[in-house]
Amino acid sequence: MSELIDLTAAAAAERIRAGEIAAAELFEAYRARAVANDLNAYTWVADAPPPDDGYAQAPLGGVPVAVKDLFCTEGVPSQSGSKILEGYRPPYTATVVAKLAQAGAPLLGKTNQDEFAMGSSNENSGFGPVLNPWDRTRVPGGSSGGSAAAVAAGLAPWAVGTDTGGSIRQPAALCGIVGLKPTYGACSRYGMIAFASSLDQAGPLTRDVTDAALILRHTIGRDRHDSTSLEFPGEIATPQAEDLKGIRLGVPEELTGAEGGIEPGVRESFEATVALAERLGASVEPCRLPHAPHALSAYYLIAPAEASANLARFDAVRYGLRVDGDADLITMYSRTREVGFGAEVKRRIMLGTYALSSGYYDAYYGTAQKVRTKIADDFREAFERFDFIVTPTSPCTAFELGSKLDDPLAMYLNDFLAVPMSLAGIPAISIPSGLSEGLPVGFQLAGPAFSESRLLDAAHALERAIGFDGSEARANNGPERKAI
Amino acid sequence: MSDDEVEQMSVELSKVLDHIEKIRELDLEGVPPTSHVIDVVNALRADEPEPSLPREVILAAAPEPLNDGFGVPSPGAA
Repeated sequence: MSELIDLTAAAAAERIRAGEIAAAELFEAYRARAVANDLNAYTWVADAPPPDDGYAQAPLGGVPVAVKDLFCTEGVPSQSGSKILEGYRPPYTATVVAKLAQAGAPLLGKTNQDEFAMGSSNENSGFGPVLNPWDRTRVPGGSSGGSAAAVAAGLAPWAVGTDTGGSIRQPAALCGIVGLKPTYGACSRYGMIAFASSLDQAGPLTRDVTDAALILRHTIGRDRHDSTSLEFPGEIATPQAEDLKGIRLGVPEELTGAEGGIEPGVRESFEATVALAERLGASVEPCRLPHAPHALSAYYLIAPAEASANLARFDAVRYGLRVDGDADLITMYSRTREVGFGAEVKRRIMLGTYALSSGYYDAYYGTAQKVRTKIADDFREAFERFDFIVTPTSPCTAFELGSKLDDPLAMYLNDFLAVPMSLAGIPAISIPSGLSEGLPVGFQLAGPAFSESRLLDAAHALERAIGFDGSEARANNGPERKAI
Repeated sequence: MSDDEVEQMSVELSKVLDHIEKIRELDLEGVPPTSHVIDVVNALRADEPEPSLPREVILAAAPEPLNDGFGVPSPGAA
């Protein structure tokens, strides 16, 4: 069985198509591990594989996928990590999940996440924190922490998550896997329980870059149910590059400078990876993103502002929790939201409504949207000279559970390398670049809008040269662990 | 929010706002605010009615369906 688990999703799909293994056998191998897992990575696991083995002939070969809780899946709990949606089973399925099923990747389970995707540690889940498969005293990152932990621990062949300000890339980095945030609009947001609509984007969390390309290929495209989704120009090729000849990499001083608080072990891994990129033929030069230091502030105005509007829909009327339904209407609203929302969600609603309030709107929300324009301009200018911008994905490795819970600002600062790309709407990928004191470090590459194929190619060349081995996390988190 | 939450949150959010305040030091005269991050001009389609989900399917998720609709308490005397 462990041999099955050690296959990448692409390799497993090939074996299934060649008739060497059955899709149902692979499904059951992962299902058993998912059910037995004690990382709290899942909020729901499927009972059985889908009846039709015809999946095996589809492009994704019947290799099942773990899906972040916030994707609506028909008849299956979809709670966005929130008590206010506990037990909610939507009557329809998100486009991304439906497309994956059509392409031959059936639903394996729903993964734990920070409540409404607000968090960088997965400790804000209404269903308990997820543990990091490399060290169970530490966080997996967030908000797609369950998806990242499941893939790293071999509880899923691959997963999809969402990234609003780093929620795919940061947990991927902290768990030692690959995470890609596509260009804004590349994948439909239809059926994703919304956090910040101008930033939310679905994307893959996978064991390697090839698997990420495969998921992306089958999830992109315009969807008539999401007017911000786009027809993706060109196709997502299977990454082939083995070197970086002719590739120009820019290292932004504003994000990687001494004042950024990047941990020494992370910096060391980053610098070693940059040196490796040079040996693969890339040219590396410092670059400027003058407004990037202000990205975090802009993000923590724009995202909460949008969230405060999006979360108004949880009113105890059409779905979800209802508290004090026999009191008057206002009491019911406020009691339901008091009980149903966790502390971080309340914090963001407060921040967002403040940023949008009359008299403060221009000073906060309006200013933040102008800063956003400047950040996008900075990237555009940088991409005239560089193919990709590179940074560490996260300033630190996985931190201890509980260590940042009392200090929301410290938790937010964790996102400063990831949010500039989100505000600019551009694609960015995190790949594991090594270990620091036994914990994974992530290396981030960001490219211009719709440069995903080139980005995946460059990441593939680097991944090959780095030769990161994530098997330890899978070996240490199988069902046999319980016997120890 | 409970009274305790209000107190704790005002401390936490003041700290966050102090950090955020820094963006007001920037000179943003004449900079247009971002309205959409990728250049897209209008996403239009024909306004044609389509079948929607059956009423009972939608009401199945409601905490208190009532007379084929969503049941809500009285807005009260206020």
